[in-house]
Amino acid sequence: MSAHTSFLAHERFRWFKRSAWLCLITIVAYSAYAPVGGRNGGTWVGYGLGTIGLLLILWLSWLGVKKRGFSGGSHTIRGWTSAHVYLGLSLTIIATLHTGFEFGWNVHTLAYTLMMLVILSGGFGVFAYLRYPAKMSENLIGQSASALKKEMQDLDIRIARLTQRLPDSFAEAARMSLDQTKIGGGFMALLSGSSKKCGSAKAVALASSQAETLTDSAQQTSATEMVASLSRKAEIASRLRRDLSYKAIMDIWLWLHVPLTLGLIASLGAHVFIVFYYW
Amino acid sequence: MTEIYEIAIIGSGPAGCSAATRAAKLGVSHILLERTDHLSDTIYKYQRGKYVMATPDNLPLQSDLQFEADTRENILGWWDEGTEGSGVNVKFNSEVTAIEGEKGDFTITIANGDTYKAKHVILSIGLQGNLRQLDASSIPGADNGVTEYQLDDPKDYWDKDIIVIGAGDAAIENAVALAQNDNRVTIVNRKREFSRAKSGNISLILTAIKDELLECAYNASPVKVNEDSMVLKTPEGERVVPADRAIARLGAIAPRGFIEAAGGVFEDGADFPRVNEIYECDRPGVFIIGALAGYPLIKHCMNQGYEVVHTIIGDPVESVVRKELATKFQVIPGFNDVQSMLEQIKAAVPLFQGLTLLQLGEFMLDADIHFKKPGDAFMEKNEAGDSLFVIHEGDVEIPVTADKVFRLGQGQFFGEMGLIMGRRRTATVLAARDGSGAVGIEIPRTAALKLIASSPQAKKVMDETAILRQLQTFLSPELTRDDLSELIEAAQTKQFGRGEALIEEGDEGDALYIVRSGSATVSKKVGNSDVVIAYVPAGQFVGEMALLFHQTRSATVRATVPVDAVELDGALFRSLLDEKPKLRAIVDKVAREREEENQRTGNDVVSRKIEFLTSIGLGEATNAIVIDEDLCVRCDYCEKACAETHDGVSRLDRAAGPTYANIHVPLSCRHCEQPHCMADCPPNALQRDAGGAVYVDDTCIGCGNCARNCPYDAITMSALPAKKGGLMGWLLFGGKFGPGEAEKPKKSKENKEMSRKCDLCRDVDGGPSCVRACPTGAVIRVSPEELFSRIREGA
Ligand SMILES: Cc1cc2nc3c(=O)[nH]c(=O)nc-3n(C[C@H](O)[C@H](O)[C@H](O)COP(=O)(O)OP(=O)(O)OC[C@H]3O[C@@H](n4cnc5c(N)ncnc54)[C@H](O)[C@@H]3O)c2cc1C
Ligand code: HEM
Ligand code: HEM
Ligand code: SF4
Ligand code: SF4
Ligand code: SF4
Repeated sequence: MSAHTSFLAHERFRWFKRSAWLCLITIVAYSAYAPVGGRNGGTWVGYGLGTIGLLLILWLSWLGVKKRGFSGGSHTIRGWTSAHVYLGLSLTIIATLHTGFEFGWNVHTLAYTLMMLVILSGGFGVFAYLRYPAKMSENLIGQSASALKKEMQDLDIRIARLTQRLPDSFAEAARMSLDQTKIGGGFMALLSGSSKKCGSAKAVALASSQAETLTDSAQQTSATEMVASLSRKAEIASRLRRDLSYKAIMDIWLWLHVPLTLGLIASLGAHVFIVFYYW
Repeated sequence: MTEIYEIAIIGSGPAGCSAATRAAKLGVSHILLERTDHLSDTIYKYQRGKYVMATPDNLPLQSDLQFEADTRENILGWWDEGTEGSGVNVKFNSEVTAIEGEKGDFTITIANGDTYKAKHVILSIGLQGNLRQLDASSIPGADNGVTEYQLDDPKDYWDKDIIVIGAGDAAIENAVALAQNDNRVTIVNRKREFSRAKSGNISLILTAIKDELLECAYNASPVKVNEDSMVLKTPEGERVVPADRAIARLGAIAPRGFIEAAGGVFEDGADFPRVNEIYECDRPGVFIIGALAGYPLIKHCMNQGYEVVHTIIGDPVESVVRKELATKFQVIPGFNDVQSMLEQIKAAVPLFQGLTLLQLGEFMLDADIHFKKPGDAFMEKNEAGDSLFVIHEGDVEIPVTADKVFRLGQGQFFGEMGLIMGRRRTATVLAARDGSGAVGIEIPRTAALKLIASSPQAKKVMDETAILRQLQTFLSPELTRDDLSELIEAAQTKQFGRGEALIEEGDEGDALYIVRSGSATVSKKVGNSDVVIAYVPAGQFVGEMALLFHQTRSATVRATVPVDAVELDGALFRSLLDEKPKLRAIVDKVAREREEENQRTGNDVVSRKIEFLTSIGLGEATNAIVIDEDLCVRCDYCEKACAETHDGVSRLDRAAGPTYANIHVPLSCRHCEQPHCMADCPPNALQRDAGGAVYVDDTCIGCGNCARNCPYDAITMSALPAKKGGLMGWLLFGGKFGPGEAEKPKKSKENKEMSRKCDLCRDVDGGPSCVRACPTGAVIRVSPEELFSRIREGA
């Protein structure tokens, strides 16, 4: 549906084009200017590129503040993200050419490495933003998580009511489903979205095997309904887990992206300081 | 010999109490009869601790009783003290059942058979106590005790057969609650769908029916109530349904029979009995005031109580309404007194013919009066607006094309298109450039609708003019009233319910329709299914193909929301076309363009999406929020932005709302063409601004009517959150709540639960914050036309 425009395509790829130009100019400047002593951060082009790089990084970091500012004005955060992504990527060229490919075990290269990691994590972010939203919709089939949770509660009531009409052995399955159907939890559980330990899934197996032993036809009907309710509950639970795990993947990279940014800014400060100190 | 009171006051709401206290203070013999065992039952029944508002703010209070915005408890306290202190003679548990006799000698009978005598009667029983009931004369057994009209607690019933009658929110909630308590419930719906209720309740009942939690009888109505069952008339014939209890939830109305017996007269289609300038109804000596006379605000009620007592004892006071009008009329050149100005206005404006001067005065109170210098505009083309203008003095000009200018004079009106269609202004209207200025009376939408609803004459004038102007606007401004008189004469306005067909594919019909309000889809049969091929918003005509080419209907046109359409006679229209080649050319062009478009949009995916969007009511939206779920990363920054720019309360619920494929329509206001929320707001707090935003102004009293009336759950009643996170606090001190996040709202006297809804960010520079805050571009706010055309182009 082209009713919407994604951040990548913002204003007909305006920032992609601008960043591409920026890279091109950088490459030309770098190639054209061949000072004695080789190309590196200490030449005029080197200073120029370094300054552009630093300013870009500071501006890119400002997104974190901007998106929480909710200020009025003609800008959109979509536009900011668009510029962020393309200009961020252009740093791979700008900063690399600034270094003149001189790397070593020092704070300068640390800054560079951190920057590349930030960019890499950002790249993963874009990948996640492109991939998971559709997966999330597919997973919940047009329903909202809260509607599904509500349905689970309704199912719990129905299951509890059904156990009253069934032998005690079914109560065990109901309890299992009630106590052991966890959604979310620890970091790994959240991220994996696995339903292997789902109490309701186990309860389905237990209830179906119990159902085999019934002879009374009214009870058999109730048991069938119970198995159906438990399966539905297991199904919802597994979808909700997957929902959380998708959401977690879409969030987790930011937990690298942002702290790495802080590290980057600190080490850059050191880099610039050292460079001028030893001038 | 029983005492003959000077005044008997029936009903002790704000109106009745105020009247009784005035009578007591003046030493006039009186009696106040109240059905319940306490004063003011309507207010007594407000929820505990409710903060009652005293709107309109600019209207002074004229009463011996204290009243200002405060809690229900305090207000009831003041009134208890005030009435007692002034020696009001009140009789509780006295439900009046009949008022007989005439001025100077009325006999008032109460439920236990006691009677009272009085020279004058003030009827102030409000509306709330009068739940609509089944009519025992047409439904035998309706009064046999099986049927009740309220459900105090669903837990009172268990394992019973219960029939719930009605299709509104109350009926649905009762039915489902009863069914959940293990009763066997049948809900009886007069129509074939549940369209009156809120969408949440509609899905509640539909799921309950699907899950066989309860049963629904559609298109059904009760014909007989037995001791343990009810006979229903259904399309399949009569059916007997077991019933230990029937609960009928049919709404509240004025108790017509009682009032008519007391001498009140309801005009055709009117909801309230007719009263004159001094609130006297058609039977002399009987005065009707308060909510029953159509004045729902407490302040109005109290002022009327005061005034009417003075009128009765022959010492009239100038009403506060008139005092207000005097200030209002100042702008009119040559104004000197209110009475003659009102008479002058009434004489000059055909639209007001059917009104009493009292009603006219009320309208004027709501109205704004504008004086414009020659060439200054009353309204601009494309601005949103839904008020009606009446010309009191001078001429106005409406430039329709470069060289064609319409002229309207004294007594005529303009702006009715915005009012009827809920669309933007179709033309600019200026004070005539060659005159000496014009005076226009601007009547706000609600007042104008009330006028049309209460005066059949006004409705007729309005309809005819509107049809003429619509034909001129949408066909050709060249057309004159004479060209069209025959066609208009024969034209009929028709209403179509949601989903009803105006035109059915394959039919022989020969009529042309102009969609006046609402919208429709055009669909064609492809194989076994209907494929939507076009969308028709208000203001367009449909049905021209069959008419032009003498063929059967080539497509079905179905209302997506309630539609109000003008049906034009095919033969008359065709002869008009034969006479006017220019007009024929216009209609031909539209037909050609449509045919081309229809060819283009046979696409299945597009058709399904449009069908989905119209099925959830987007057809009546002017600006709806639509999320592309393939782009939405569920960060909820849209909600946070909304909260941050709106007192900490988000006007948008991102996760809730219907979804189809990747289109998600979250809960938030759609700024409907004809906002349902506006329908029933006591202080008229819902307004539409020139940009089209429907917003709540600060006169909201928190009654919750708007939230109940919005079919899209777009309004929440909420207090403001105590603490709001700020950006700096969050950044620097790691505050608990970031921007757009806040603690749960706590209600208090200062922090009331009020109507909170989207205002399209009318005060935010740059427009909708939700749209601007989304990092990925997943949120847009668009009109349905724009959305549909983008979907079509995208396919
Ligand atoms: C939930 C809610 C909130 C509201 N909030 C506000 C607000 O904040 N501010 C505001 O200005 N307005 C508000 N209103 C509107 C306002 O309460 C009413 O319009 C107002 O009370 C009407 O006054 P009344 O005197 O005409 O009738 P009522 O207040 O309805 O009083 C009628 C009285 O007559 C009695 N009665 C009825 N029939 C008989 C009979 N046959 N014999 C004897 N007695 C009879 C009733 O028991 C009742 O006591 C609100 C309304 C509602 C429903
Ligand atoms: C105002 C901004 C900057 C200035 C003034 C600056 C200055 C310099 C100078 C003078 C050198 C040469 C040092 C030498 O040859 O010994 C250098 C090298 C380098 N700069 Fe920058 N720089 C800036 C920004 C950046 C940025 C944004 C990065 C990347 C994140 C960066 C990464 C490096 C690296 C990796 C080297 C090579 C170090 C080495 O020689 O071992 N610089 N910089
Ligand atoms: C050195 C370069 C970069 C820096 C310093 C940087 C910094 C940041 C910061 C501070 C945020 C705000 C996170 C938050 O507070 O939620 C952010 C968000 C983001 N960044 Fe970067 N970033 C850089 C490069 C990139 C690149 C190259 C990409 C993509 C290829 C990218 C993609 C994103 C995305 C998608 C977001 C999330 C936007 C949102 O959801 O609001 N970033 N970045
Ligand atoms: S801001 Fe955009 S991406 Fe985030 S939840 Fe709202 S619509 Fe989805
Ligand atoms: S609040 Fe509801 S009824 Fe009112 S305009 Fe918005 S969507 Fe329409
Ligand atoms: S337009 Fe403004 S008020 Fe409306 S939902 Fe969006 S942010 Fe909230």
